[in-house]
Amino acid sequence: MSLPKITRVAGPAVFVPGNDIDTDRIIPARFMKCVTFDGLGEFLFYDVRKNADGSDKAHPLNEPRYKGATVLVSGANFGCGSSREHAPQAIHKYGFKAVVAESFAEIFFGNCTTLGIPCLCAARADIARIAAAVEADPKTEVVLDVTAQEIRFAGQTIPASIRESARDALIHGRWDPIGELIEGLPTAKTLAAGLPYIAA
Amino acid sequence: MPKTLFEKVWEAHTVRSLANGQTQLLVGTHLIHEVTSPQAFGMLRDLGLKVAFPQRTFATVDHIVPTDQVSEPYADPLADAMMKELRSNCRQFGITFFDRPSGKQGIVHIVGPEQGITQPGTTIACGDSHTSTHGAFGAIAFGIGTTQIRDVLATQTMALGALKVRRIHVEGKLRPGVYAKDVILHIIRTLGVNGGTGYAYEYGGSVFDRFTMEERMTVCNMSIEGGARAGYVNPDETTFTYLRGRPYAPKGAHWDAAVARWRAVASDPGCRYDDVVAIDAGEIAPTVTWGINPGQGISINENIPDPGKAVAADEKASIEEALAYMKLLPGAPIKGTKIDVAFLGSCTNGRLSDFQEVARFLKGRHVAPGVKAIAVPGSQGVGVLCVELGIDRIFREAGFEWREAGCSMCLAMNPDKLIGEQLCASSSNRNFKGRQGSPTGRTLLMSPVMVAAAAVTGAVADAREVFGVSAN
Repeated sequence: MSLPKITRVAGPAVFVPGNDIDTDRIIPARFMKCVTFDGLGEFLFYDVRKNADGSDKAHPLNEPRYKGATVLVSGANFGCGSSREHAPQAIHKYGFKAVVAESFAEIFFGNCTTLGIPCLCAARADIARIAAAVEADPKTEVVLDVTAQEIRFAGQTIPASIRESARDALIHGRWDPIGELIEGLPTAKTLAAGLPYIAA
Repeated sequence: MPKTLFEKVWEAHTVRSLANGQTQLLVGTHLIHEVTSPQAFGMLRDLGLKVAFPQRTFATVDHIVPTDQVSEPYADPLADAMMKELRSNCRQFGITFFDRPSGKQGIVHIVGPEQGITQPGTTIACGDSHTSTHGAFGAIAFGIGTTQIRDVLATQTMALGALKVRRIHVEGKLRPGVYAKDVILHIIRTLGVNGGTGYAYEYGGSVFDRFTMEERMTVCNMSIEGGARAGYVNPDETTFTYLRGRPYAPKGAHWDAAVARWRAVASDPGCRYDDVVAIDAGEIAPTVTWGINPGQGISINENIPDPGKAVAADEKASIEEALAYMKLLPGAPIKGTKIDVAFLGSCTNGRLSDFQEVARFLKGRHVAPGVKAIAVPGSQGVGVLCVELGIDRIFREAGFEWREAGCSMCLAMNPDKLIGEQLCASSSNRNFKGRQGSPTGRTLLMSPVMVAAAAVTGAVADAREVFGVSAN
């Protein structure tokens, strides 16, 4: 399986402030009553974006000036809680190509990487700079350089980081591991045959 | 060289190194349910792949099942479609399905142990973050996403980086009225909701040595709420006694061989941990959350935090956000907070011992007027035992609704939901905004006995006072 090499993502960004934004908030459980991931994008952050009557609440994603943003920027421990892949799927289907945060919860990070969505960590002060630049001009192009682990915007360059295994997988176009895993299946079967609880 | 259980299990299941440095890890047991698997089966079909080890894949249905209706079709057509999809996927790929008519259905993390599928020294994966529950048996158990479910279905392996191991040592004696739920809420409060990032938690010490399997499961269950990808307890006689005679447990001569292997997989004396945290059991109190993540907990006799007294700007902001959502007053006691709903169940606290312990105190008492109280056994097996022991009757007579097995109001994917801003005393695991089905609903996490105390008094209460348990 040939996958694109994801070395950089560039586009306008939107800042969704807050720490510990959990996957229930990213996609409330009631929208997981589905057998495909299609259409999840419209329910992204639904309960913090919409009132009970469907009208808009104040939320960055509801602001017309951030329409078309492809980089989501947020705080610490982003994506904590439930392992639901519906969360990164909703982010992706909404139109985001990458996420920048102070830190990520692990299952969410892994789910994103497997979908080819780079998740880059940056320092709080640097995230504040991105937020300020985007606030000043929502058209600011934010460039995530996955290879070099840095983020460039409005003439500034900030350091960023991503776990090496994920960086490697993204930039070499092997972020979906299924091909490699299938290659290893015969070895896996041999290993399994030697483990009594599996072989029995 | 002495090794941790994690290292031993990881090495025994390592297929090979992948190009990006991750490990291709063999998954001995794959558990699936209706919410996160249908898309994975879809991907499998798209790629023209089969299930590699159907005999090591087990399914049940838990998240969407109505707890007041067994007959199909379900009133909710979306839930009904998910049910049918899982049934048809299991049939097509030859997977054992603990369906409702089997009498073995329940929350996936309760069914695995109950059936004896969950065993020491094994690797387990499931598309659910509370898979860490199975670590109570000395298994390394991971919650995974749907694309990874595809990987495990297709190859019985997944790509993963090794974790560090933090030993959490809880020594001493728990005070009366302090339960396993309080231990894990205390740990998360102490280490933070992301304190476990990069780690598997190994729980040990005299408190865990004395704990039953069900208590160990309650703690391991919430490892993920502390940010840890996995959590486990080393297997011992308690583990073996629990497993003996269960349907999928080894039998006859295989049993003795298995026990010998299970003993050997425990962490070796003198093994090296990446981190060690010691907690004094005597310091743990009945704990209640007041905020919007499981780390925002206080002891029943503490006051709700005041953002004005927060030292860090970050902490101030998070307290303010939580209090604005929870509509609780800074500096006020949590005790006495009026509740609307009491929920007893979930993969954290939906096991026999949870209902037994509550029944002990509930007998002869009644749910306060205006409180909706529901009790949902974690599995059909738990439900049957409760009926045999007359526990369901005690709950019903006390004014609880006694329901069929499922995840129910823990995440409200079925019809059991909070309405509006209702405040729920809940034995579940997450108090996130909107978690229990209403976008403005509010959740206070606590032990089952504390839920019962709240139910009968109509407000958050110290169960030791309500039920006359000496605090000494």
